[in-house]
Amino acid sequence: MLDNKGHPNRLGVWGWLGGGTWGLERYLYTLHRLTGLGLLLYFLLHIVVTSARAFGPEAWAASMGRVSGGVFVLGEFLVFAAFAFHASNGVRLILVELGFAIGNPIEPIYPYRTSVHEQRPLALGILVLAGLVLAAGGYNFLAHLSH
Amino acid sequence: MRDQRLWTWHVLAGLVILVFLGLHMTIMHLDIIFGFFNPGDAKPIDWVSVVGRARMGFFTVSYVVLLGAALFHGLYGLRNILFELGPARGVKSALNVVLTVGGVGLFVFGAWAAWTAGVLARSL
Amino acid sequence: MTAPVNVTFRIRRYDPASQQPPAWEDVTIPYTHGMTVLDGLRVIKETRSATLAWRSSCRMGVCGSCGMFINGHPRLACNTQITELGTSLVTVAPLPNFDIIRDLVPDLRPMFDAHAALMPHLIRDDVQEMYEPTGEYFQTPHELEQFLQFSYCIKCGCCMAACPTMATDPAYSGPMPLAQSHRYNVDSRDGGFGTRKQVLATEKGPWKCHYAGECSQACPKGVDPARAIQLMKRQLVFDYLRLYKQPCPSKVVPKPTEMKRRADVPEAPAPTL
Repeated sequence: MLDNKGHPNRLGVWGWLGGGTWGLERYLYTLHRLTGLGLLLYFLLHIVVTSARAFGPEAWAASMGRVSGGVFVLGEFLVFAAFAFHASNGVRLILVELGFAIGNPIEPIYPYRTSVHEQRPLALGILVLAGLVLAAGGYNFLAHLSH
Repeated sequence: MRDQRLWTWHVLAGLVILVFLGLHMTIMHLDIIFGFFNPGDAKPIDWVSVVGRARMGFFTVSYVVLLGAALFHGLYGLRNILFELGPARGVKSALNVVLTVGGVGLFVFGAWAAWTAGVLARSL
Repeated sequence: MTAPVNVTFRIRRYDPASQQPPAWEDVTIPYTHGMTVLDGLRVIKETRSATLAWRSSCRMGVCGSCGMFINGHPRLACNTQITELGTSLVTVAPLPNFDIIRDLVPDLRPMFDAHAALMPHLIRDDVQEMYEPTGEYFQTPHELEQFLQFSYCIKCGCCMAACPTMATDPAYSGPMPLAQSHRYNVDSRDGGFGTRKQVLATEKGPWKCHYAGECSQACPKGVDPARAIQLMKRQLVFDYLRLYKQPCPSKVVPKPTEMKRRADVPEAPAPTL
Protein backbone atom coordinates (compact mmCIF):
# COMPACT_ATOMS: atom_id res chain seq x y z
CA MET A 1 0.00 0.00 0.00
CA LEU A 2 1.22 3.41 -0.94
CA ASP A 3 1.64 5.63 2.09
CA ASN A 4 3.43 8.75 0.91
CA LYS A 5 1.72 11.42 -1.18
CA GLY A 6 2.95 11.86 -4.74
CA HIS A 7 4.26 14.99 -6.41
CA PRO A 8 1.44 17.54 -6.98
CA ASN A 9 0.52 17.75 -10.67
CA ARG A 10 -2.65 19.80 -11.04
CA LEU A 11 -2.44 22.10 -14.05
CA GLY A 12 -3.62 25.10 -11.99
CA VAL A 13 -5.37 28.13 -13.49
CA TRP A 14 -3.43 27.53 -16.71
CA GLY A 15 -5.49 24.35 -16.98
CA TRP A 16 -8.65 26.47 -17.32
CA LEU A 17 -7.21 27.77 -20.58
CA GLY A 18 -4.98 25.01 -21.90
CA GLY A 19 -4.75 21.26 -21.68
CA GLY A 20 -7.09 18.83 -23.36
CA THR A 21 -7.89 19.16 -26.98
CA TRP A 22 -8.57 22.87 -27.28
CA GLY A 23 -12.01 22.41 -28.80
CA LEU A 24 -14.30 25.32 -29.72
CA GLU A 25 -16.29 24.78 -26.53
CA ARG A 26 -13.13 25.27 -24.45
CA TYR A 27 -12.69 28.74 -25.97
CA LEU A 28 -16.37 29.52 -25.39
CA TYR A 29 -15.98 28.36 -21.76
CA THR A 30 -12.98 30.65 -21.25
CA LEU A 31 -14.60 33.59 -22.99
CA HIS A 32 -17.84 33.10 -21.05
CA ARG A 33 -15.88 33.24 -17.82
CA LEU A 34 -13.88 36.33 -18.80
CA THR A 35 -16.90 38.23 -20.13
CA GLY A 36 -18.85 37.25 -17.02
CA LEU A 37 -16.19 38.72 -14.75
CA GLY A 38 -15.99 41.86 -16.90
CA LEU A 39 -19.75 42.31 -16.89
CA LEU A 40 -19.92 41.81 -13.12
CA LEU A 41 -17.24 44.41 -12.50
CA TYR A 42 -19.03 46.87 -14.78
CA PHE A 43 -22.40 46.06 -13.23
CA LEU A 44 -21.25 46.72 -9.66
CA LEU A 45 -19.89 50.12 -10.71
CA HIS A 46 -23.00 50.72 -12.83
CA ILE A 47 -25.28 50.32 -9.79
CA VAL A 48 -23.36 53.01 -7.93
CA VAL A 49 -23.01 55.40 -10.89
CA THR A 50 -26.63 55.24 -12.08
CA SER A 51 -28.06 55.49 -8.57
CA ALA A 52 -27.22 59.19 -8.84
CA ARG A 53 -30.60 59.65 -10.57
CA ALA A 54 -32.24 59.36 -7.15
CA PHE A 55 -30.59 62.68 -6.18
CA GLY A 56 -31.96 64.77 -9.07
CA PRO A 57 -30.82 66.11 -12.46
CA GLU A 58 -27.63 67.83 -11.25
CA ALA A 59 -26.32 64.73 -9.52
CA TRP A 60 -27.23 62.67 -12.58
CA ALA A 61 -25.42 65.06 -14.94
CA ALA A 62 -22.36 65.10 -12.69
CA SER A 63 -22.32 61.33 -12.45
CA MET A 64 -22.69 60.87 -16.20
CA GLY A 65 -20.05 63.55 -16.78
CA ARG A 66 -17.53 61.52 -14.78
CA VAL A 67 -17.95 58.52 -17.08
CA SER A 68 -18.18 60.18 -20.51
CA GLY A 69 -15.63 60.61 -23.25
CA GLY A 70 -13.10 58.54 -25.21
CA VAL A 71 -12.02 55.66 -23.04
CA PHE A 72 -15.49 55.25 -21.49
CA VAL A 73 -17.14 55.02 -24.92
CA LEU A 74 -14.70 52.28 -25.87
CA GLY A 75 -15.25 50.59 -22.49
CA GLU A 76 -19.01 50.78 -22.95
CA PHE A 77 -18.72 49.16 -26.35
CA LEU A 78 -16.60 46.40 -24.87
CA VAL A 79 -19.27 45.86 -22.24
CA PHE A 80 -21.87 45.66 -25.00
CA ALA A 81 -19.69 43.15 -26.86
CA ALA A 82 -19.29 41.12 -23.68
CA PHE A 83 -23.06 41.22 -23.20
CA ALA A 84 -23.67 40.09 -26.81
CA PHE A 85 -21.42 37.07 -26.33
CA HIS A 86 -22.33 36.20 -22.75
CA ALA A 87 -26.07 36.37 -23.45
CA SER A 88 -25.91 34.36 -26.68
CA ASN A 89 -23.60 31.75 -25.20
CA GLY A 90 -25.72 31.75 -22.05
CA VAL A 91 -28.73 30.64 -24.11
CA ARG A 92 -26.66 27.76 -25.46
CA LEU A 93 -25.43 26.85 -21.98
CA ILE A 94 -28.94 26.83 -20.52
CA LEU A 95 -30.08 24.49 -23.30
CA VAL A 96 -27.00 22.27 -23.10
CA GLU A 97 -26.61 22.16 -19.33
CA LEU A 98 -30.23 21.17 -18.91
CA GLY A 99 -29.61 18.25 -21.21
CA PHE A 100 -31.24 19.65 -24.35
CA ALA A 101 -29.44 19.97 -27.70
CA ILE A 102 -26.88 17.32 -26.74
CA GLY A 103 -28.67 14.30 -28.16
CA ASN A 104 -29.64 11.06 -26.48
CA PRO A 105 -27.17 8.48 -25.19
CA ILE A 106 -26.03 6.28 -28.07
CA GLU A 107 -24.03 3.13 -28.55
CA PRO A 108 -20.42 4.37 -28.87
CA ILE A 109 -19.17 3.26 -32.26
CA TYR A 110 -15.79 4.47 -33.52
CA PRO A 111 -15.25 7.19 -34.69
CA TYR A 112 -17.17 8.41 -31.66
CA ARG A 113 -19.81 11.07 -32.06
CA THR A 114 -20.29 12.84 -28.74
CA SER A 115 -22.68 15.42 -27.30
CA VAL A 116 -20.05 18.01 -28.20
CA HIS A 117 -20.66 17.28 -31.88
CA GLU A 118 -24.42 17.30 -31.32
CA GLN A 119 -24.44 20.81 -29.93
CA ARG A 120 -21.77 22.20 -32.29
CA PRO A 121 -24.32 23.70 -34.74
CA LEU A 122 -25.89 25.51 -31.78
CA ALA A 123 -22.44 26.75 -30.70
CA LEU A 124 -21.79 28.11 -34.19
CA GLY A 125 -25.29 29.56 -34.27
CA ILE A 126 -24.76 31.51 -31.05
CA LEU A 127 -21.52 32.92 -32.44
CA VAL A 128 -23.43 34.19 -35.48
CA LEU A 129 -26.15 35.58 -33.20
CA ALA A 130 -23.54 37.30 -31.01
CA GLY A 131 -21.94 38.70 -34.17
CA LEU A 132 -25.26 40.11 -35.39
CA VAL A 133 -26.03 41.75 -32.02
CA LEU A 134 -22.50 43.14 -31.94
CA ALA A 135 -22.81 44.50 -35.48
CA ALA A 136 -26.09 46.24 -34.59
CA GLY A 137 -24.50 47.67 -31.44
CA GLY A 138 -21.41 48.75 -33.38
CA TYR A 139 -23.54 50.58 -35.94
CA ASN A 140 -25.41 52.30 -33.09
CA PHE A 141 -22.18 53.36 -31.35
CA LEU A 142 -20.66 54.69 -34.58
CA ALA A 143 -23.88 56.56 -35.38
CA HIS A 144 -23.68 58.26 -31.96
CA LEU A 145 -20.03 59.16 -32.47
CA SER A 146 -20.73 60.72 -35.85
CA HIS A 147 -23.53 62.96 -34.44
CA MET B 1 -28.74 20.58 -1.19
CA ARG B 2 -27.37 24.10 -1.26
CA ASP B 3 -25.53 23.78 -4.58
CA GLN B 4 -28.54 22.19 -6.29
CA ARG B 5 -30.66 25.12 -5.10
CA LEU B 6 -28.13 27.83 -5.93
CA TRP B 7 -27.38 26.49 -9.41
CA THR B 8 -31.06 26.18 -10.29
CA TRP B 9 -31.62 29.79 -9.28
CA HIS B 10 -28.47 30.79 -11.20
CA VAL B 11 -30.06 29.40 -14.38
CA LEU B 12 -33.48 30.91 -13.64
CA ALA B 13 -31.83 34.28 -12.91
CA GLY B 14 -30.01 33.97 -16.24
CA LEU B 15 -33.34 33.66 -18.03
CA VAL B 16 -34.73 36.70 -16.20
CA ILE B 17 -31.61 38.68 -17.09
CA LEU B 18 -31.89 37.62 -20.71
CA VAL B 19 -35.32 39.26 -20.93
CA PHE B 20 -34.76 42.38 -18.85
CA LEU B 21 -31.14 43.09 -19.76
CA GLY B 22 -32.04 42.42 -23.39
CA LEU B 23 -34.69 45.15 -23.08
CA HIS B 24 -32.28 47.44 -21.20
CA MET B 25 -29.54 47.02 -23.81
CA THR B 26 -32.02 47.56 -26.65
CA ILE B 27 -33.16 50.81 -25.06
CA MET B 28 -29.70 52.07 -24.14
CA HIS B 29 -27.44 50.82 -26.92
CA LEU B 30 -29.68 50.14 -29.91
CA ASP B 31 -31.60 53.41 -29.57
CA ILE B 32 -30.87 54.67 -33.07
CA ILE B 33 -32.08 51.42 -34.59
CA PHE B 34 -35.15 50.90 -32.39
CA GLY B 35 -35.69 54.20 -30.52
CA PHE B 36 -37.65 52.63 -27.64
CA PHE B 37 -38.69 54.83 -24.68
CA ASN B 38 -36.52 57.81 -25.61
CA PRO B 39 -38.66 60.90 -26.21
CA GLY B 40 -37.78 63.04 -29.23
CA ASP B 41 -34.12 63.33 -30.10
CA ALA B 42 -32.97 62.76 -26.52
CA LYS B 43 -30.24 60.24 -25.89
CA PRO B 44 -31.11 57.31 -23.62
CA ILE B 45 -28.96 58.71 -20.82
CA ASP B 46 -30.32 62.26 -21.02
CA TRP B 47 -32.21 63.30 -17.88
CA VAL B 48 -35.47 63.71 -19.81
CA SER B 49 -35.25 60.07 -20.96
CA VAL B 50 -34.32 58.86 -17.49
CA VAL B 51 -37.28 60.69 -15.94
CA GLY B 52 -39.59 59.45 -18.70
CA ARG B 53 -38.73 55.84 -17.89
CA ALA B 54 -38.67 56.37 -14.13
CA ARG B 55 -42.30 57.60 -14.26
CA MET B 56 -43.39 54.22 -15.60
CA GLY B 57 -44.01 51.69 -12.87
CA PHE B 58 -42.94 48.90 -15.23
CA PHE B 59 -39.39 50.25 -15.34
CA THR B 60 -39.10 50.61 -11.58
CA VAL B 61 -40.18 46.99 -11.20
CA SER B 62 -37.96 45.80 -14.04
CA TYR B 63 -34.91 47.61 -12.62
CA VAL B 64 -35.41 45.98 -9.22
CA VAL B 65 -35.99 42.53 -10.72
CA LEU B 66 -32.96 42.92 -13.02
CA LEU B 67 -30.86 44.22 -10.14
CA GLY B 68 -31.69 41.23 -7.96
CA ALA B 69 -31.33 38.65 -10.72
CA ALA B 70 -28.07 40.10 -12.05
CA LEU B 71 -26.53 40.45 -8.59
CA PHE B 72 -27.37 36.86 -7.74
CA HIS B 73 -26.29 35.52 -11.13
CA GLY B 74 -23.04 37.50 -11.18
CA LEU B 75 -22.02 36.95 -7.57
CA TYR B 76 -22.84 33.23 -7.75
CA GLY B 77 -20.71 33.05 -10.90
CA LEU B 78 -17.87 34.82 -9.08
CA ARG B 79 -18.30 32.47 -6.11
CA ASN B 80 -18.09 29.50 -8.45
CA ILE B 81 -14.85 30.76 -9.97
CA LEU B 82 -13.32 31.55 -6.57
CA PHE B 83 -14.40 28.20 -5.12
CA GLU B 84 -12.86 26.40 -8.09
CA LEU B 85 -9.51 27.82 -7.04
CA GLY B 86 -9.76 25.36 -4.16
CA PRO B 87 -9.66 27.66 -1.12
CA ALA B 88 -9.73 26.29 2.41
CA ARG B 89 -13.10 25.65 4.07
CA GLY B 90 -12.77 28.75 6.26
CA VAL B 91 -12.05 30.96 3.25
CA LYS B 92 -15.11 29.53 1.51
CA SER B 93 -17.29 30.39 4.51
CA ALA B 94 -15.85 33.90 4.63
CA LEU B 95 -16.46 34.35 0.88
CA ASN B 96 -20.06 33.21 1.32
CA VAL B 97 -20.58 35.88 3.99
CA VAL B 98 -18.81 38.65 2.06
CA LEU B 99 -20.65 37.93 -1.20
CA THR B 100 -24.02 37.59 0.52
CA VAL B 101 -23.64 40.77 2.57
CA GLY B 102 -22.20 42.69 -0.39
CA GLY B 103 -24.94 41.45 -2.69
CA VAL B 104 -27.78 42.24 -0.29
CA GLY B 105 -26.24 45.66 0.45
CA LEU B 106 -26.00 46.58 -3.21
CA PHE B 107 -29.51 45.28 -3.84
CA VAL B 108 -30.97 47.41 -1.05
CA PHE B 109 -29.06 50.48 -2.26
CA GLY B 110 -29.96 49.94 -5.94
CA ALA B 111 -33.61 49.17 -5.19
CA TRP B 112 -33.81 52.27 -3.00
CA ALA B 113 -32.34 54.35 -5.86
CA ALA B 114 -34.81 52.92 -8.40
CA TRP B 115 -37.76 53.56 -6.07
CA THR B 116 -36.63 57.05 -5.07
CA ALA B 117 -35.97 57.99 -8.72
CA GLY B 118 -39.52 56.85 -9.55
CA VAL B 119 -41.00 58.99 -6.78
CA LEU B 120 -38.81 61.94 -7.80
CA ALA B 121 -39.75 61.62 -11.47
CA ARG B 122 -43.46 61.63 -10.68
CA SER B 123 -43.09 64.72 -8.50
CA LEU B 124 -41.45 66.76 -11.30
CA MET C 1 2.17 11.36 -41.80
CA THR C 2 4.88 9.20 -43.37
CA ALA C 3 6.54 6.93 -40.86
CA PRO C 4 9.67 8.48 -39.28
CA VAL C 5 13.02 6.67 -39.11
CA ASN C 6 13.60 7.59 -35.48
CA VAL C 7 11.24 8.78 -32.76
CA THR C 8 12.30 11.00 -29.90
CA PHE C 9 10.40 10.41 -26.67
CA ARG C 10 10.46 13.40 -24.33
CA ILE C 11 9.46 11.75 -21.08
CA ARG C 12 8.55 13.39 -17.78
CA ARG C 13 10.65 11.57 -15.19
CA TYR C 14 10.14 11.70 -11.44
CA ASP C 15 11.81 9.67 -8.74
CA PRO C 16 10.25 10.20 -5.29
CA ALA C 17 13.47 9.02 -3.61
CA SER C 18 15.62 11.67 -5.32
CA GLN C 19 13.88 14.70 -3.73
CA GLN C 20 14.15 16.35 -7.18
CA PRO C 21 11.13 17.82 -9.01
CA PRO C 22 9.95 16.08 -12.21
CA ALA C 23 12.19 16.74 -15.25
CA TRP C 24 12.11 16.00 -18.97
CA GLU C 25 14.37 13.33 -20.45
CA ASP C 26 14.85 12.81 -24.19
CA VAL C 27 15.34 9.33 -25.60
CA THR C 28 15.57 8.58 -29.34
CA ILE C 29 14.72 5.11 -30.59
CA PRO C 30 14.22 3.63 -34.06
CA TYR C 31 10.63 3.57 -35.30
CA THR C 32 9.17 0.20 -36.16
CA HIS C 33 6.07 -0.37 -38.24
CA GLY C 34 2.84 0.01 -36.24
CA MET C 35 4.61 1.32 -33.13
CA THR C 36 2.29 2.72 -30.45
CA VAL C 37 3.44 5.04 -27.69
CA LEU C 38 3.26 2.10 -25.29
CA ASP C 39 5.44 0.00 -27.65
CA GLY C 40 7.97 2.83 -27.67
CA LEU C 41 8.03 2.99 -23.87
CA ARG C 42 8.63 -0.75 -23.71
CA VAL C 43 11.55 -0.43 -26.13
CA ILE C 44 12.99 2.36 -23.99
CA LYS C 45 12.61 0.32 -20.80
CA GLU C 46 14.21 -2.75 -22.41
CA THR C 47 17.11 -0.99 -24.16
CA ARG C 48 17.74 2.45 -22.64
CA SER C 49 16.29 3.12 -19.25
CA ALA C 50 15.32 0.16 -17.09
CA THR C 51 14.08 2.41 -14.27
CA LEU C 52 11.29 3.98 -16.38
CA ALA C 53 7.95 3.31 -14.65
CA TRP C 54 4.40 3.38 -15.99
CA ARG C 55 1.20 1.41 -15.60
CA SER C 56 -0.17 -0.76 -18.38
CA SER C 57 -1.74 -4.15 -18.82
CA CYS C 58 -3.95 -5.24 -21.69
CA ARG C 59 -2.34 -3.31 -24.61
CA MET C 60 -5.70 -3.10 -26.38
CA GLY C 61 -7.56 -0.16 -24.89
CA VAL C 62 -9.67 -2.21 -22.52
CA CYS C 63 -8.08 -2.12 -19.07
CA GLY C 64 -7.65 1.66 -18.75
CA SER C 65 -4.23 1.47 -17.11
CA CYS C 66 -2.04 3.41 -19.55
CA GLY C 67 -3.70 6.82 -19.60
CA MET C 68 -0.93 9.40 -20.21
CA PHE C 69 -0.56 13.00 -21.32
CA ILE C 70 0.77 12.50 -24.84
CA ASN C 71 1.66 15.59 -26.88
CA GLY C 72 -0.60 17.67 -24.66
CA HIS C 73 -3.63 15.37 -24.88
CA PRO C 74 -4.81 12.76 -22.38
CA ARG C 75 -4.75 9.47 -24.29
CA LEU C 76 -4.24 5.75 -23.82
CA ALA C 77 -0.61 4.98 -24.70
CA CYS C 78 -1.60 1.60 -26.14
CA ASN C 79 -4.23 3.17 -28.34
CA THR C 80 -2.02 5.91 -29.79
CA GLN C 81 -0.04 5.24 -32.94
CA ILE C 82 3.15 7.30 -33.29
CA THR C 83 2.14 8.16 -36.87
CA GLU C 84 -1.21 9.63 -35.81
CA LEU C 85 0.61 12.24 -33.70
CA GLY C 86 2.00 13.81 -36.89
CA THR C 87 5.45 14.41 -35.44
CA SER C 88 8.53 12.38 -34.55
CA LEU C 89 8.75 14.13 -31.17
CA VAL C 90 6.51 12.39 -28.66
CA THR C 91 6.12 14.11 -25.29
CA VAL C 92 4.86 11.74 -22.62
CA ALA C 93 3.90 12.97 -19.16
CA PRO C 94 1.79 11.47 -16.39
CA LEU C 95 -1.92 12.38 -16.49
CA PRO C 96 -2.25 15.87 -15.02
CA ASN C 97 -4.62 16.69 -12.14
CA PHE C 98 -3.38 13.60 -10.28
CA ASP C 99 -0.33 13.49 -8.03
CA ILE C 100 2.65 11.72 -9.57
CA ILE C 101 3.72 8.54 -7.81
CA ARG C 102 6.71 7.94 -10.06
CA ASP C 103 7.58 8.80 -13.70
CA LEU C 104 4.38 8.18 -15.69
CA VAL C 105 2.37 6.67 -12.83
CA PRO C 106 -0.42 8.94 -11.55
CA ASP C 107 -2.07 8.46 -8.19
CA LEU C 108 -5.65 7.65 -9.21
CA ARG C 109 -6.90 7.06 -5.67
CA PRO C 110 -8.75 10.40 -5.33
CA MET C 111 -10.69 9.52 -8.48
CA PHE C 112 -11.66 6.11 -7.15
CA ASP C 113 -12.56 7.61 -3.77
CA ALA C 114 -14.85 10.13 -5.50
CA HIS C 115 -16.24 7.29 -7.60
CA ALA C 116 -17.10 5.20 -4.55
CA ALA C 117 -18.59 8.22 -2.74
CA LEU C 118 -21.18 8.62 -5.52
CA MET C 119 -22.47 5.07 -5.03
CA PRO C 120 -21.99 3.60 -8.51
CA HIS C 121 -24.01 0.44 -7.91
CA LEU C 122 -27.64 -0.64 -7.91
CA ILE C 123 -29.49 0.60 -4.85
CA ARG C 124 -32.78 -1.18 -4.18
CA ASP C 125 -35.01 -2.04 -1.27
CA ASP C 126 -35.10 -5.77 -2.03
CA VAL C 127 -31.61 -6.55 -0.73
CA GLN C 128 -32.44 -10.22 -0.29
CA GLU C 129 -33.36 -10.49 -3.97
CA MET C 130 -30.09 -8.82 -5.01
CA TYR C 131 -27.96 -11.36 -3.15
CA GLU C 132 -30.09 -14.44 -3.77
CA PRO C 133 -31.99 -13.72 -6.98
CA THR C 134 -35.20 -15.60 -7.65
CA GLY C 135 -35.59 -14.04 -11.08
CA GLU C 136 -34.40 -11.21 -13.31
CA TYR C 137 -34.95 -7.48 -13.17
CA PHE C 138 -37.02 -6.62 -16.22
CA GLN C 139 -35.51 -4.02 -18.55
CA THR C 140 -36.54 -2.95 -22.05
CA PRO C 141 -33.98 -2.19 -24.80
CA HIS C 142 -35.00 1.48 -24.60
CA GLU C 143 -34.28 1.54 -20.86
CA LEU C 144 -30.92 -0.08 -21.53
CA GLU C 145 -30.02 2.65 -24.04
CA GLN C 146 -30.38 5.32 -21.36
CA PHE C 147 -27.17 4.18 -19.65
CA LEU C 148 -25.42 1.72 -21.96
CA GLN C 149 -23.07 4.35 -23.42
CA PHE C 150 -21.91 5.41 -19.96
CA SER C 151 -21.25 1.82 -18.88
CA TYR C 152 -18.38 1.51 -21.37
CA CYS C 153 -16.15 3.57 -19.03
CA ILE C 154 -12.78 1.94 -18.27
CA LYS C 155 -11.80 4.40 -15.49
CA CYS C 156 -8.57 5.43 -17.23
CA GLY C 157 -8.73 9.00 -15.88
CA CYS C 158 -8.28 10.73 -19.28
CA CYS C 159 -11.47 12.77 -18.73
CA MET C 160 -10.21 13.90 -15.32
CA ALA C 161 -6.95 15.09 -16.89
CA ALA C 162 -8.82 17.03 -19.60
CA CYS C 163 -11.35 18.70 -17.28
CA PRO C 164 -10.56 22.39 -16.61
CA THR C 165 -12.30 22.35 -13.23
CA MET C 166 -10.17 19.41 -12.09
CA ALA C 167 -7.11 21.56 -12.88
CA THR C 168 -7.69 23.56 -9.70
CA ASP C 169 -10.50 22.12 -7.61
CA PRO C 170 -9.94 19.02 -5.48
CA ALA C 171 -13.48 19.26 -4.09
CA TYR C 172 -15.06 18.55 -7.49
CA SER C 173 -15.86 14.87 -8.07
CA GLY C 174 -14.87 15.01 -11.74
CA PRO C 175 -16.34 13.69 -14.99
CA MET C 176 -15.78 9.96 -14.47
CA PRO C 177 -17.42 9.59 -11.02
CA LEU C 178 -20.33 11.85 -12.00
CA ALA C 179 -20.95 10.03 -15.27
CA GLN C 180 -20.86 6.70 -13.48
CA SER C 181 -23.25 7.99 -10.84
CA HIS C 182 -25.63 9.07 -13.60
CA ARG C 183 -25.24 5.67 -15.23
CA TYR C 184 -26.94 4.17 -12.17
CA ASN C 185 -29.40 7.03 -11.65
CA VAL C 186 -30.97 6.27 -15.03
CA ASP C 187 -30.79 2.51 -14.75
CA SER C 188 -34.41 1.34 -14.65
CA ARG C 189 -33.43 -1.37 -12.15
CA ASP C 190 -32.12 1.24 -9.71
CA GLY C 191 -33.99 3.10 -7.00
CA GLY C 192 -31.12 5.07 -5.51
CA PHE C 193 -31.56 8.56 -6.98
CA GLY C 194 -32.73 9.92 -3.64
CA THR C 195 -29.74 8.41 -1.84
CA ARG C 196 -27.17 9.65 -4.38
CA LYS C 197 -28.83 13.05 -4.42
CA GLN C 198 -27.63 13.58 -0.86
CA VAL C 199 -24.11 13.85 -2.32
CA LEU C 200 -24.89 15.13 -5.82
CA ALA C 201 -26.82 18.14 -4.53
CA THR C 202 -23.70 19.38 -2.71
CA GLU C 203 -20.47 20.78 -4.15
CA LYS C 204 -19.45 17.19 -4.97
CA GLY C 205 -22.15 17.26 -7.63
CA PRO C 206 -22.16 18.35 -11.27
CA TRP C 207 -22.46 22.09 -10.58
CA LYS C 208 -18.89 22.99 -11.46
CA CYS C 209 -19.16 21.48 -14.92
CA HIS C 210 -19.44 24.36 -17.41
CA TYR C 211 -19.45 22.25 -20.52
CA ALA C 212 -15.97 22.91 -21.87
CA GLY C 213 -16.61 19.54 -23.54
CA GLU C 214 -13.06 18.30 -23.09
CA CYS C 215 -13.86 15.12 -21.15
CA SER C 216 -16.02 13.83 -23.99
CA GLN C 217 -13.39 14.73 -26.59
CA ALA C 218 -10.67 13.02 -24.53
CA CYS C 219 -12.57 9.82 -23.70
CA PRO C 220 -10.92 6.92 -25.56
CA LYS C 221 -14.10 4.83 -25.32
CA GLY C 222 -16.72 7.31 -26.52
CA VAL C 223 -18.43 7.32 -23.14
CA ASP C 224 -19.28 11.02 -23.35
CA PRO C 225 -19.15 12.00 -19.64
CA ALA C 226 -20.22 15.57 -20.50
CA ARG C 227 -23.53 14.26 -21.83
CA ALA C 228 -24.10 12.22 -18.66
CA ILE C 229 -23.33 15.23 -16.46
CA GLN C 230 -25.72 17.55 -18.32
CA LEU C 231 -28.48 14.94 -18.19
CA MET C 232 -27.75 14.57 -14.48
CA LYS C 233 -28.10 18.34 -14.01
CA ARG C 234 -31.48 18.23 -15.74
CA GLN C 235 -32.62 15.50 -13.35
CA LEU C 236 -31.39 17.41 -10.30
CA VAL C 237 -32.80 20.78 -11.41
CA PHE C 238 -36.15 19.25 -12.27
CA ASP C 239 -36.03 17.45 -8.93
CA TYR C 240 -35.52 20.77 -7.14
CA LEU C 241 -38.42 22.27 -9.09
CA ARG C 242 -40.56 19.22 -8.12
CA LEU C 243 -40.85 18.28 -11.80
CA TYR C 244 -38.97 15.00 -11.58
CA LYS C 245 -40.27 11.80 -10.06
CA GLN C 246 -38.05 8.78 -10.13
CA PRO C 247 -39.88 5.81 -11.58
CA CYS C 248 -40.15 2.70 -9.40
CA PRO C 249 -37.25 0.32 -9.93
CA SER C 250 -38.14 -2.50 -12.31
CA LYS C 251 -39.92 -5.54 -10.97
CA VAL C 252 -38.46 -8.99 -10.59
CA VAL C 253 -39.55 -11.32 -13.37
CA PRO C 254 -39.53 -14.94 -12.14
CA LYS C 255 -37.32 -17.37 -13.98
CA PRO C 256 -39.28 -19.20 -16.65
CA THR C 257 -40.07 -22.77 -15.69
CA GLU C 258 -41.90 -24.09 -18.74
CA MET C 259 -39.22 -23.15 -21.30
CA LYS C 260 -37.49 -25.77 -23.40
CA ARG C 261 -33.97 -25.37 -24.71
CA ARG C 262 -33.75 -24.97 -28.48
CA ALA C 263 -32.13 -27.93 -30.13
CA ASP C 264 -29.39 -25.83 -31.75
CA VAL C 265 -28.34 -24.15 -28.49
CA PRO C 266 -25.88 -26.32 -26.54
CA GLU C 267 -25.93 -26.73 -22.78
CA ALA C 268 -23.75 -24.33 -20.83
CA PRO C 269 -20.43 -25.89 -19.76
CA ALA C 270 -20.14 -27.04 -16.16
CA PRO C 271 -18.93 -24.35 -13.71
CA THR C 272 -15.16 -24.39 -13.27
CA LEU C 273 -15.17 -22.92 -9.78
